[in-house]
Amino acid sequence: MSRPEIRVSGLHKSFGSNEVLRGIDLEIGQGEVVCVIGPSGSGKSTLLRCVNLLEEPTRGQVFVGGTELTDPDVDIDAARRRIGMVFQQFNLFPHLTVTENLTLPQRRVLRRSKAEAAKAAAENLRRVGLAEKADAYPSSLSGGQQQRVAIARALAMGPAVMLFDEPTSALDPELVGDVLAVMRMLADEGMTMMVVTHEMTFAREVADRVVFMDGGVIVEDGAPEQVIGAPRHERTRHFLSRLLDPAMADVEEETSDQVGGSE
Amino acid sequence: MTDTEKPQLQPRRKGLTRRQKRGLSRGAQYVVFVAAVIAFAVSADWGRLKNQFAQADIAERMFPDVITLALKNTVLYTVTGFAVGLALGMLIALMRLSSVGPYRWLAGIYIEIFRGLPALLIFIFIGVAVPLAFPGTEIVGGTYGKVALALGLVAAAYMAETIRAGIQAVPKGQMEAARSLGFSPARAMVSIIIPQAFRIILPPLTNELVLLFKDSSLVLFLGVTLEERELSKYGRDLASQTANSTPILVAGLCYLLITVPLGFVVRRMEAKAQEAVK
Repeated sequence: MSRPEIRVSGLHKSFGSNEVLRGIDLEIGQGEVVCVIGPSGSGKSTLLRCVNLLEEPTRGQVFVGGTELTDPDVDIDAARRRIGMVFQQFNLFPHLTVTENLTLPQRRVLRRSKAEAAKAAAENLRRVGLAEKADAYPSSLSGGQQQRVAIARALAMGPAVMLFDEPTSALDPELVGDVLAVMRMLADEGMTMMVVTHEMTFAREVADRVVFMDGGVIVEDGAPEQVIGAPRHERTRHFLSRLLDPAMADVEEETSDQVGGSE
Repeated sequence: MTDTEKPQLQPRRKGLTRRQKRGLSRGAQYVVFVAAVIAFAVSADWGRLKNQFAQADIAERMFPDVITLALKNTVLYTVTGFAVGLALGMLIALMRLSSVGPYRWLAGIYIEIFRGLPALLIFIFIGVAVPLAFPGTEIVGGTYGKVALALGLVAAAYMAETIRAGIQAVPKGQMEAARSLGFSPARAMVSIIIPQAFRIILPPLTNELVLLFKDSSLVLFLGVTLEERELSKYGRDLASQTANSTPILVAGLCYLLITVPLGFVVRRMEAKAQEAVK
């Protein structure tokens, strides 16, 4: 691993009395693709949102590209320019066309000229295969197209790191592939990526590392073949069996802290 | 179900069925309506009404002044009042959403006060109380400035609440997306949130314009020159000059000339917004 692009140490996050993250340590190297998996409520999205400080950590440190984001005096807007974020619900700006979605942030945040911004916009729309939708409004696009525009919007800012928060969870199943293809392309180009996902095939084939989270801690962290293929922990096995073969799952008692099942 | 069971399951009620009662009630309503129309038509003194309200020569004498002077002034008062209200309302809405406590309280107090007072009182305050209390102060723009200020002060309170609701109606993800792209909070507000908020609140803001259009008639109480008269004052002056009510009717029609199409536009926008949600 080269120098860590993302470093998280001793991270805690509570919402009121609910402790969602209970001490996370994680390093992601330059060009590494890390998939974070885990049951809902395990804190994986919160962890991702802490990496660009959309959520303020209660305790602990977050470094991205050598800058400490948790430093109270950091210029967070400058730091975020290096970090692209893709949301589950796309969050395109509905009052702007596709091209304007890409150019407005470049012009307002990076102070690029109109021509420069338009050039970067066109180039990135071509990368995600949506050059012909340049003048459309987001509402006229399918979910998969909107998500690809959202990826292009983040890329147009020239980020060093990309964060994906369940990028395919809101999509119809037949549209998932287009988005994953774009993400695979980015991974092949050497982008540093942290992906919260339920797409096990993607994790297995594209990720360099898979991190399994449960109950606000990292349970298992390793190569995909190991974490998905031969999980060491009972909790990981239990989660994967339910995810890969949901029709075979048993009815379970609800417990406050789920520690594995019996299968 | 057999025939013998039926009466047991549904015991026959005495008197009229529900359907018959409904028919009877509707018939009675029609009878009352027709009777009221006939009573009015018979009892009204049609000649007198026509004489009082619809004298063509008096109506004719009002043109073109009623349009070029009165309606023009009404529109001018409304638009300037709206502009002041919008600017002030935006400021107060942002104060209301501020993270600084005193700003929020101040905005809350302003909204409570100006929503709770009659617009007429504000006009009297601006027209009479301010010159008395601060002799020598001159409100910029004379009567026009006073009206814009008075209407703006009233409108701002309502618009601030509307704008605040609009800003809060923009999904949270929009601010998050903007912030994660590196927008500062202020820049995200101006570039991303407020444009969307305005699309949401366009119908209620247009409604506010209609209300202001009508409230501009309160200029009546400011004491205006002949050149500054708007529809209501103009109609009243002419009514007393001619001892006839026709000018009032004409002035009223001039209001409707603007408010009815605006109301139509608002309903169109609301229907469209409803469609967009679906």
